[in-house]
Amino acid sequence: MMDPSAYLLLSGILFGIGVAGVVVRKNVLIILMSVEIMLNAVNVAFIAVGSHLGDVTGSVFAFMVMTVAAAEAAVGLAILIAIFRLKETIDITELSVLKW
Amino acid sequence: MEPILFIVFGAIAVGGAIMVVTRRHPMSSALFLILTLFAVAALFVLRQAHFLAAIQVIVYAGAVVVLFIFVIMLINVPENKLPLERLTGFRFLGIMVAGLFILEAALVARRFATPGTPTADSGSVEAVGRALFTDYLLAFEVTSVLLLAAVIGAIALAKKRI
Repeated sequence: MMDPSAYLLLSGILFGIGVAGVVVRKNVLIILMSVEIMLNAVNVAFIAVGSHLGDVTGSVFAFMVMTVAAAEAAVGLAILIAIFRLKETIDITELSVLKW
Repeated sequence: MEPILFIVFGAIAVGGAIMVVTRRHPMSSALFLILTLFAVAALFVLRQAHFLAAIQVIVYAGAVVVLFIFVIMLINVPENKLPLERLTGFRFLGIMVAGLFILEAALVARRFATPGTPTADSGSVEAVGRALFTDYLLAFEVTSVLLLAAVIGAIALAKKRI
């Protein structure tokens, strides 16, 4: 079986792409998808190290991360629908009522 | 065999992720997100994590992305009303920060070479199920409370009048 360092590098690259998406994009939907990419990158690292050490804990933690990701997507999209109903926009720079 | 498949599916995952963050219309992003998630599921299979690979396809590609597509179609922003995105100085700085992060991750990953004891069943359905219902039973049960809270929260937020 391969050394996990290649998987960790891949995980870092995917996480970096997710960070770039969250920082750069204005569309709230794409920002939420970038967050999903970041959570998935973390799962890659968990699985790679877990199977490298022969430990089932990596899979269990990745399972918990997936649960949290599903809950986050559901609540985030519900917030998005509520905001869209109110302001008719998905541009994150226009959603600045909480900004000082 | 594993290195070749790793390179193929890793390249698909990274390419799909880049397409997700660069597409203008969120629907294209969602479809490329499915591609990335399937490639990551294939990587899970390569690491013998069969249970997680199945959950990845069922929960992520089958439920989360469908939820995204539902919302994209529900709010249905026309092409000319999508936010205008230009590459300003601050955004370029954001991309540089992400690149710096990838570089750091590469440096850390290069040093990870502890001797491991790989076992074939560390990610099988039986092994994960046994761990979930013995050592991690409390965490597993609390997960159901989290999901219930998410369901109630999503309904409460999205419903016009409760």
